Amino acid sequence: MHHMTLTELARGLEAGDFSSRELTTSLLDRIERLDGDINSFVTVTRDQALTAADAADQARAKGESRPLTGLPLAIKDIFCTQGIRTSCGSKMLDNFQAPYNATVVEKLQAAGMISLGKTNMDEFAMGSSNENSFYGPVKNPWDRTAVPGGSSGGSAAAIAAGLAPAALGTDTGGSIRQPAAFCGITGLKPTYGRVSRYGMVAFASSLDQGGPMARSAEDCAHLLGAIAGHDLRDSTSVARVVPDYLAELDAPLDGLKIGLPKEYFGDGLDAEVESAIREAIRVYESLGAKVCEVSLPHTHLAVPAYYVIAPAEASSNLSRYDGVRFGHRCENPVDLEDLYKRSRAEGFGDEVKRRILIGTHTLSEGFFDAYYRKAQQVRRLIRQDFLDAFEEVDVLMGPAAPTPAFDLGAKKDPVSMYLQDIYTIAINLAGIPGISVPAGFAGKRPTEGRPIGLQILGQHFAEGQLLNVAHKFQQATDWHRRHPTDQETT
Amino acid sequence: MAIEHADVLRAAHLARLGLNSDAEAAGYVDDLTRILEMVDRLQAVDTDGIAPLSHPLDTTQRLRPDEVTETNQRDAFQACAPETADGLYLVPRVVE
Repeated sequence: MHHMTLTELARGLEAGDFSSRELTTSLLDRIERLDGDINSFVTVTRDQALTAADAADQARAKGESRPLTGLPLAIKDIFCTQGIRTSCGSKMLDNFQAPYNATVVEKLQAAGMISLGKTNMDEFAMGSSNENSFYGPVKNPWDRTAVPGGSSGGSAAAIAAGLAPAALGTDTGGSIRQPAAFCGITGLKPTYGRVSRYGMVAFASSLDQGGPMARSAEDCAHLLGAIAGHDLRDSTSVARVVPDYLAELDAPLDGLKIGLPKEYFGDGLDAEVESAIREAIRVYESLGAKVCEVSLPHTHLAVPAYYVIAPAEASSNLSRYDGVRFGHRCENPVDLEDLYKRSRAEGFGDEVKRRILIGTHTLSEGFFDAYYRKAQQVRRLIRQDFLDAFEEVDVLMGPAAPTPAFDLGAKKDPVSMYLQDIYTIAINLAGIPGISVPAGFAGKRPTEGRPIGLQILGQHFAEGQLLNVAHKFQQATDWHRRHPTDQETT
Repeated sequence: MAIEHADVLRAAHLARLGLNSDAEAAGYVDDLTRILEMVDRLQAVDTDGIAPLSHPLDTTQRLRPDEVTETNQRDAFQACAPETADGLYLVPRVVE
């Protein structure tokens, strides 16, 4: 049952094939047996999970269960969980227990879901390989010499390895979609403001968005329905009705207009990835969709604009880690400045420091207009590219990443790592939703191949359409049902 | 725009980020130089008359009445602090 979808597990619980305690126990045992090498979890909450599973079983026995009651999932360690460590992958928060729950954590609890624990991630969500974690890198379950992607690499790897049927992730520049692609799972970045950011440790507040990661679009529809919605505690969350995402899933695709941005099929795109994506497009044509080429002319400016805006917002957000109110504090500070400087020097890793320095520099006197203001102007041009394209087509499709998962340790230069997000980053700048779905494999044995992800982009608040379009593909293909073979830790 | 050693030291001080050695600072000068070279592609774009976009939905944030809605949870919030006494956060002496 460890490779079943949430939807299938829900049926099994309802039919009495197994209890929530049995399901939860089985997954916790697998985590203990298999995760030593993969390293997808930072914290496993066995006792709390079993208590919650028992409560779910009792609710079911009393006829009080809801669709998600008793289903387990994992939570990226960026979401605050009361009484359970929230590390954000950083030494800075290694000792931090939040005094409250994130809104999405509360919502999932209210829906009766069971958290198995907190998943590994790039420190403060800064990274595309999960190599920037204080708790060590995560390995790709398909090939242990490859990265799982990042920053939600632990969440993606846990799902691929059969350790959790679903997980929460966050996406600031591709951190749900790229690891979903690298690990052969389905991951949705909702529209900015669709899901509350309250209690989600802030990286870049105008770009961050939480979303579901799972084994199918249908499962993502279940989860998005549970976590989306207006939240008075997040002033950027949008007061807009949450549609019934499940009701839209099966709509036919006849006449769907798909745009292929020509900039997403240019230089630097791996041949095997391109071939898999073109094949996926042919599947859509066979389902009745119409395909045409479109242009997003400012695509080449997305990574440069992002690496001004995201570090600028990060340098401001991360100023809260001062060694005074919570988080790491250095030993024996001689004065207040020494306390700040050494606590932050010891608590933050290299990539986080790099981004704080870029952000502080570009926001400082004499540089602000040339960098920050310029990047925000270009951000408008990038957003307008998408608005123009959606005048002509319903959705856009292309690869989620230019290559399959790369080798652990392969990208030492920060800029080459940043360029890995070339197809995902513009989406966050524009605030639109995007989903990555499994669409094939690259490479041959001795490995099982490395997964390839098809990215589908929609207009603001078109999550229902994206899930529908992804679901129909998954009814016509079985890429999303593949899983790697277990490898026991030796 | 090039970034100098002094710019990195200035940014590190503004961010209250300790750098342990000149070699560490030099490493960041190299990294930031390459990152800002990539970012400098922005300078070639004509953005005259384009308004900066700070919110992806191009809206302003919702306001609420200026009323006290939070209850005092000082003890809970200070439970995760490195050092407190009598409800106060302790830091090294600032004024001699």
